[in-house]
Amino acid sequence: MSSSCAPTACENCGSARADLRRLGLRLGRWDYSVALAGNPNVGKSTVFNLLTGLRQHTGNWPGKTVSRAEGAFDLDGKRYKITDLPGTYSLLGASPDEEVARDFLLFSRPDVTLVVADATCLERNLALLLQIMQITGRVVLCLNLMDEARAHGIDVDVRGLARDLGIPAVGTAARRGEGLDELLAAIRDVATGVFVREAAPPEITPEALRGPVGELADQLRAAYPLMENPAWVALRLLEGDGRVIAGLEQGEFDGPAMETKEVNG
Amino acid sequence: MNRSQEILRHAEALRWKLPPNFQDEVAGRVSREASELAARRVHRPGGSGRLAWQRRLDLILTGRWTGIPAMALLFATVLWLTIEGANVPSGMLANLLVDTWHPWLKSTALAVGVWPWLAGLAIDGMYLSAAWVISVMLPPMAIFFPAFTLLEDFGYLPRVAFNLDRLFQKVGAHGKQALTMTMGLGCNAAGVVATRIIDSPRERLIAIITNNFSLCNGRWPTQILLATVFVGALAPPAVAGLVAASSVFAVAVLGFAFALGSSWLLSRTLLKGESSSFSLELPPYRPPNLLRTLYTSLIDRTMFVLWRAVVFAIPAGAAIWLIANIDAGGHSIAWWMVTGLDPLAWVMGLTGVILVAYIVAIPANEIVVPTILMLTALLAGPIAPDAPAAGVMFETEEHILHGMLTAAGWTTLTAVCLMLFSLLHNPCSTTLYTIYKETGSWFWTMVSAALPLALGFVACTSVAFIWRALAG
Repeated sequence: MSSSCAPTACENCGSARADLRRLGLRLGRWDYSVALAGNPNVGKSTVFNLLTGLRQHTGNWPGKTVSRAEGAFDLDGKRYKITDLPGTYSLLGASPDEEVARDFLLFSRPDVTLVVADATCLERNLALLLQIMQITGRVVLCLNLMDEARAHGIDVDVRGLARDLGIPAVGTAARRGEGLDELLAAIRDVATGVFVREAAPPEITPEALRGPVGELADQLRAAYPLMENPAWVALRLLEGDGRVIAGLEQGEFDGPAMETKEVNG
Repeated sequence: MNRSQEILRHAEALRWKLPPNFQDEVAGRVSREASELAARRVHRPGGSGRLAWQRRLDLILTGRWTGIPAMALLFATVLWLTIEGANVPSGMLANLLVDTWHPWLKSTALAVGVWPWLAGLAIDGMYLSAAWVISVMLPPMAIFFPAFTLLEDFGYLPRVAFNLDRLFQKVGAHGKQALTMTMGLGCNAAGVVATRIIDSPRERLIAIITNNFSLCNGRWPTQILLATVFVGALAPPAVAGLVAASSVFAVAVLGFAFALGSSWLLSRTLLKGESSSFSLELPPYRPPNLLRTLYTSLIDRTMFVLWRAVVFAIPAGAAIWLIANIDAGGHSIAWWMVTGLDPLAWVMGLTGVILVAYIVAIPANEIVVPTILMLTALLAGPIAPDAPAAGVMFETEEHILHGMLTAAGWTTLTAVCLMLFSLLHNPCSTTLYTIYKETGSWFWTMVSAALPLALGFVACTSVAFIWRALAG
């Protein structure tokens, strides 16, 4: 593919891009699975199209993607299946689209969760990221719409954010293909285990709850050694979350990752 | 699963010791953490928030008094551009595919000794219906879809929802229904799937049942064609396009009114309840990527819809040719069907041909007009084109249609009632299947089909009755 890059664009076609093969819908067997999550209307579908070479219609409005879309790409000879989840503001499972996104992260357990965030209104986007980081540690933050942020005079310290969160963070402008190389490198590093999050995610359990949550989490950890997110599950159990309770009863937390069903379909 | 039961019992016991509003505390903690992070790592040297021009634009486009007029103006402009722009290429395509290629294909086939019935079925039936579909639908779609997609990518559609939100709340429906209705303007099946963004099952059902009142891709060309040929023709040529565009716009607005009315009716009868609130996010305006938008709307929408129409039109063309040519007791099957439906059609201000066309075109709305044209032509025998030389053919295309349909007994009333009926009838088979998949219920699928059909019957009958009473 490198030969097809115009010479002027070659600052954009570094080592990672040289090995990228967009596979579109040809899923077949895959080595790693990547989930795309984020708030509505932050450009998830644009990032999805950029990675897979597909042309899913993207629109400038929230709620454009209501079901999951899947595509694939090949990087360094490894196949990545990528799933575009519906945009949500939280993972509490209040509506069908939130449920689709949450169940996928919880029970299909992707190798990498790529959280796409709108750099122009980061605060709201970070709230979802923090919730996702309680569920999985294998997260890459994609700060999209950096071009728009620049136009609005907003300056985002990408490295600082990565340090604070303890995960790779990449600034992109997916519409123009800006930042694709670094994004691919980050996805690859997390998928292959070159990058492992060491710091604990930012604490979201209120002080008053830490005792009961810790107690329950220890019990979960003892019963399900493979469970990735006992503290989060403990918190949801205390809140009486029906789907998480059912998941526990049916042993979905320590079995093999499953293919989640689409709602109503 | 013993260990899970034990853990769940433990959780149950612990829950009693927690402060009463601990859920709020968790949510609060998350947003505090997020805002601290953002405060530390995001700098706004140039002041905060949205660009000044975007704020000013929103004052107009979503203003209390200016929002709806601005919306009307925008949509009417898009429709006017479509009608004015599609005229010439539509005529050229019809000239090429129907007036030139069709006789040539037919005579060549007969000359090389193809059986007449086979040439009739393949060329007069299948080829001609596909040719009509392409020449009638392609030009308006190739203008309307890119224009619509540009508005969508610019970020205008959520503003439409914002403007209409208050109305939907008032009739007991969910404000997000304004969004799914807007999406239905593209395709009702997509609009029905989009109702997944509505949390409450009651409000979601209302949104599903009433989505069909959004004029879809398949019906815009029907409306545009009828408005151009009959309504626009009533006005002086200088303003004909404007008059035609306004009448299509009026039908679309009427659709929204019917959606509101039936939502009100449903939320007071079959689907009682209060409407829930939600927060709608208005995304920043984004300059659309012109080339990309053109590509997506031409390939993904225009060609997709056109292809679907052609795929449905070919077997429909064969069916029409067969019913028009198979003899049963001295007349063709089509003649019997048309004659049988004529009295009912007369009451509704339509013709028997139109009702037969709707039966043949159940699989896809797109092919209703081509079906009507084919049936009319086949039943009336060959058309005698009153147009002069081929050089000016494309300008007289409207007159040919007008003449052909008037000869078949059409009046302005027929066109108006057909525009109404095209808005108010059962959803296409794809949409019905989607409704069944989304609701999982035959009952609600039947309601979604029967409600607009009943409304269509009532609306057409009333208009025809009043029209005839006034005309004397």
